Amino acid sequence: MGANGIAVFSRGLTKVFGRGETRVHALRGVDLNIRFGELSMLVGPSGSGKTTLLSVITGLLDATSGELVVLDQRPEKLSKEELIHFRRINLGFVFQQFNLIPALTAAENVAVPLLAGGVKRQEAVARGEGFLTTLGMAHRARALPSELSGGEQQRVALARALVHDPKLIVCDEPTSALDGRTGHAVMELLSATAVRPDRAVIIVTHDARIFDFADQIAHMDDGQITALEENRKNGVFRNSLAPVSAEFPSAQLGLTPS
Amino acid sequence: MNFVALKMLVADRAKYFSLIFAIAFASFLLANQVSIFIGIMTRPSSQIQDVVDADIWVMDPQTLYSDEVYALRDYDLYRIRSVPGVAWAVPLYKGTGRAKGPDGRFRTVILMGVDDATLVGAPRKMLVGSIYDLNQPDAAIIDKAGFLYFFPGEPLQAGKTLQMNEKRVLIVGISDASAPFQSFPVLHTRYSQALGFVGRERNLLSFVLAKPSAGASPEKVCKQIEEATGLRARTTAQFSLDAFLFYLRNTGIPVNFGITVMIALIVGTVIPGQTFYIFTVENLKQFGALKAIGVSNRRIVGMILLQAVVVGSTGYALGMGISAAFFARTLNYLPTRGIVFPWQVMVSIGVVVLLVVGFASLISIRRVLVLEPAVVFRG
Repeated sequence: MGANGIAVFSRGLTKVFGRGETRVHALRGVDLNIRFGELSMLVGPSGSGKTTLLSVITGLLDATSGELVVLDQRPEKLSKEELIHFRRINLGFVFQQFNLIPALTAAENVAVPLLAGGVKRQEAVARGEGFLTTLGMAHRARALPSELSGGEQQRVALARALVHDPKLIVCDEPTSALDGRTGHAVMELLSATAVRPDRAVIIVTHDARIFDFADQIAHMDDGQITALEENRKNGVFRNSLAPVSAEFPSAQLGLTPS
Repeated sequence: MNFVALKMLVADRAKYFSLIFAIAFASFLLANQVSIFIGIMTRPSSQIQDVVDADIWVMDPQTLYSDEVYALRDYDLYRIRSVPGVAWAVPLYKGTGRAKGPDGRFRTVILMGVDDATLVGAPRKMLVGSIYDLNQPDAAIIDKAGFLYFFPGEPLQAGKTLQMNEKRVLIVGISDASAPFQSFPVLHTRYSQALGFVGRERNLLSFVLAKPSAGASPEKVCKQIEEATGLRARTTAQFSLDAFLFYLRNTGIPVNFGITVMIALIVGTVIPGQTFYIFTVENLKQFGALKAIGVSNRRIVGMILLQAVVVGSTGYALGMGISAAFFARTLNYLPTRGIVFPWQVMVSIGVVVLLVVGFASLISIRRVLVLEPAVVFRG
């Protein structure tokens, strides 16, 4: 576990795409702490920088400037190979479109991170089947993704993110391709299985229906965190940063800037 | 991850089989055209290759290849025999004549007149009779294709007669002579007999066949003959190559076959290459997810190369199988007899297929390597 229970620490994080007149400031000095044992959400309108922040945290994109520590590592200090290894060992991904490999069965899809880590095929698939069993999906272990419903596919994706016991789970719009009831069920499963004292979960979402699952919500707009709700499950709300922007639907969430 | 790569490859059956068949078809087309080309281009030297007793062919300096011959003078035979390093030398007539069948049909035939005393130059592969039967009066040995032309539907047998130059030609044997370039019937007779079959010609001595003394190299003896007599002397291999090169330079065959081979090569490169490229591009999102999860570029390159090798080798094996079946079927068919599928062609096409799938893989790999794994977060 990282120092002070912090899994992700960022200060003044910026990300600029393009050059000259085509420059786009996707992140403008993001300060954020993601704690172990918590489920944190990044929310905000399209183009607010949520996905860019997630990509920078996971090392898929380099930050332009600022300070970033992920699981006690500074991604910019790692070589390309070290970064790939770091991601493989420590990160679990859940994607909006599931991104399961259509040719593989559910259990084989779950086994992919293990295979990537060098585990033998039979053992990896057996562990994948075992993990699906714990998620109540044993009967679908040999089904192809095309034979699964959206909710089942996302549960398989969740199993794939968890099977190698990573320290940080990142989820990109995990419920946006699902109906409300299925999305809720997936979030319940995610809360029950992913959140642990030695693990942090980050979810990027638009879906206001799942905000109740969050311990912390960072509201983003125009590349900045405009409001931060911490300790939500204890009923405490604190706008620790800037005022919530006028465009952001804070009213519908019942938020009152302090 | 190899099994992931293989499962990704075969998951889309239609695309997988179209890739396999594209490579198989291209391999077959290349094998077929190149083998037939080689087969046809070696036919001009068939009658040279069939003479297995002698190693050296001596001819007039103006004779460039075996089908257009300027005859030697009779005493040239003795001059050649006197060259140091020559163990023995015998005359050979090679020319064309017109033979008439029992039903009045006639056809130009290739007539080989071999040495009366030794029968050097007589066919070695006999289907009916023996070369020693040439010692009979008016005797000739005809090749199987020629026999079936003059006596269609009849069993192969000796005793039949033809007419050449108003003279009786008694068929005493049937040979399995290699197919000549012009697909004329091939008749072997004695040198002295040939004179009667072709009519009046001033000189009959087309070639002198010679054998080097024990231990002497044919190339060296050829040089000695040329220096001593001023005639042209070639080893069997050199003379065969002369015929091959003459037809290569002076006929449209290489151009025609070359065009077909080029088309086969282009089709064989473009179709499988493009299909494989599209296959990889369609899987980009999956490769992106694998990269995000922590699969290294090296591993992904390995996966793509494995897919390429499997597709390439399966398609190649299928193509070679079809080619082998094709040539097995046509080998004993008279017009295409002797056209075989050389192992060198098989190996060369293997290299071509390797290059094609390698090239297609490289283009595909490039797309994957430059792929930003963050693409997986874009819906």
